[in-house]
Amino acid sequence: MARPFQLSDPVRARQLADAIAILAPPRPVKIVHVCGTHEMAITQHGLRRFLPDTVEVLEGPGCPVCVTPTADIDAAVQIAEAGAILCTFGDMTRVPGTRLTLEQARSKGCDIRVVLSTDEAVRIARETDRQVVFFAVGFETTTPMTAAILLDDPPANLSVLVSHKKIPEAMGVLLGMPGTNIDGYLAPGHVSTILGLAPYRQHLGKFEIPVVVGGFEPLDILYAIALILRQIRDGKGFVENGFPRAVADEGNTVAQLLIETVFESADVRWRGIGTIPNSGVRLRPEFSQFDARARFQIEGVTGDEDIPGCRCADVLTARATPTDCPLFGTRCTPLTPVGPCMVGSEGACSIWFRYGGRELP
Amino acid sequence: MTHTDDRISPLHGAGGELMGKLLAEHVLPHFAASSAGRINLSDMDDGATIALPTSGELVMTTDSHVVKPIFFPGGNIGTLAAAGTLNDLAVMGAKPLALSLAVIIEEDFPIADIDRIVQSFAETLIGSEAALICGDTKVMGRGELDGIVINTTGIGLADPAIGDAGARPGDVVIVSGTLGDHGMALLAAREEFHLETELVSDVASIWPMIQTILPLGGIHAMKDPTRGGLAAALNEMARKSHMTVEIQQSDIPIRDAVQALSDLLGISPLEVANEGKAVLIVDPAVAPQILETLQRHPLGCDAAIIGHVSIDYPGRVVVTTDVGGRRFLDMPLGDPVPRIC
Repeated sequence: MARPFQLSDPVRARQLADAIAILAPPRPVKIVHVCGTHEMAITQHGLRRFLPDTVEVLEGPGCPVCVTPTADIDAAVQIAEAGAILCTFGDMTRVPGTRLTLEQARSKGCDIRVVLSTDEAVRIARETDRQVVFFAVGFETTTPMTAAILLDDPPANLSVLVSHKKIPEAMGVLLGMPGTNIDGYLAPGHVSTILGLAPYRQHLGKFEIPVVVGGFEPLDILYAIALILRQIRDGKGFVENGFPRAVADEGNTVAQLLIETVFESADVRWRGIGTIPNSGVRLRPEFSQFDARARFQIEGVTGDEDIPGCRCADVLTARATPTDCPLFGTRCTPLTPVGPCMVGSEGACSIWFRYGGRELP
Repeated sequence: MTHTDDRISPLHGAGGELMGKLLAEHVLPHFAASSAGRINLSDMDDGATIALPTSGELVMTTDSHVVKPIFFPGGNIGTLAAAGTLNDLAVMGAKPLALSLAVIIEEDFPIADIDRIVQSFAETLIGSEAALICGDTKVMGRGELDGIVINTTGIGLADPAIGDAGARPGDVVIVSGTLGDHGMALLAAREEFHLETELVSDVASIWPMIQTILPLGGIHAMKDPTRGGLAAALNEMARKSHMTVEIQQSDIPIRDAVQALSDLLGISPLEVANEGKAVLIVDPAVAPQILETLQRHPLGCDAAIIGHVSIDYPGRVVVTTDVGGRRFLDMPLGDPVPRIC
């Protein structure tokens, strides 16, 4: 009996690895992806074993928790200290702020709730008279969910601390930063189901480097890497869809409309990179009554992000691997994280610590 | 202070008439086996006695159980408490002799639920010939705990006891069945996910299965992969023996529904609890017999060899993935949380 086609089939994976070895140029190549789920898939499946030593794949600013600036954590702590119920995703509670993590704020008596979806924050708000604030982090995959709750008659005691980010803008800025030396992008499949391909063309087109949207199964990722290397071999650099079974060229227009209706572009700060023009969102004026920053008068909070010895900024800009950092695995472990890349479960350091990076034969 | 007949009141924990009635009507009748010596459960003395065995060593274990939801697909906190303690004894190679049952209940808890929980506890003991010989009941005020907490202590007889540190190079790693069923069934049952699945916990007493393989010998280490799942169990076995446990992902038995939910939530089935499984590290010479014997038992029909022991990375667990890559399987950090995107 024929086995069903598996996206982790070892024979096909080996064939793709052979193709990659033929396509790869003799010089070193640096491919960057910007998605924690990609790093998880690459590391959990041990895919670096299929790549020649000259082909390096690194996670850039792909972990939403990791790139959230200290100032936003500080704002969340301040709101919680003002007595509101602060709802957020699990990983956020352990990211260092200037004074406190949200976890530490909770142990000092603040009401911090870990939620699994935006709906849960709405439910909590409907069941109380207290102020409830949803700390909205994540890229274009989570932004539509935040937009959806604000368009669905939310309770008046709910507000949103917006910290959503736009990934194509950051990918463009990274290319212009000194020392990044990126030869090609493995673009995030999930985000691309929402955005489609146009934003990559808009923000990355002028750099003329390969940008290939990849899925998350082992064969998806190896295939996308092969497509990047083929573009490099052919001296080309364009946006290519390596994940057509999920990503349409135009993306998810309904989700795009949700984002567009509720949010407008804003210049926001990325931990490790700095402020990037139009790389985030803020609520449009007609939704400003749900802006937690206004409701709790959070203004001008700027956090200190300099952690002595920590190379998260280099890891987030793909200028270092986790194991290049002197703190990795010594002072900085998932149990005692120093920098944000060890905190977020999608952070490169956390993933490499748990599953091994390149050291396994 | 008032009380109704169908809810727990503070009086039920006060040691008086009402507590006696609760025990006589809702606890004691469930237990067929309540004696391991001269003084037994029905004597309601300050303690109970266990007749001393003539050889071997006594194994004692204790465990406190909290679970959310209290009733879940495949069992409830009573099943879990009994199986948890019996299985801790079983993977020590110990035949369970006697258990205690201490219950702390929140005021206003439905007595009908106590009945169901105690009945499940008693039913789980049946196949193991273990007796419930002593117990305790306390009631705490509303809001002071979440429903019900159960502590059980178990005493068993082993000859000799099997630890979890005895792995040797070349040994074979066996699991007694599919992994991740309990943890994923509980995650699916939690209301915040709004999921409807057919996942059922694997909670069961595994002593009846384990006793069929003990006479074969050659078991160098054994554990039940409860909290932290297979990942925690194998890491502990690797660390304590300073060996490397190497496993093959494609050989690990995992139900399709468990894998599907795991993919959806971003939580590995190897990092969530099992409540009716054993992980064994055995002498390669007897591995085939142990596997066959396990597979002949209904609880072990999905048993499989998943790897072997080496010395390459002392104290670590290495997985060869489905696709043919390699990675470490690390000790889980805490309760798994679903990823953001």
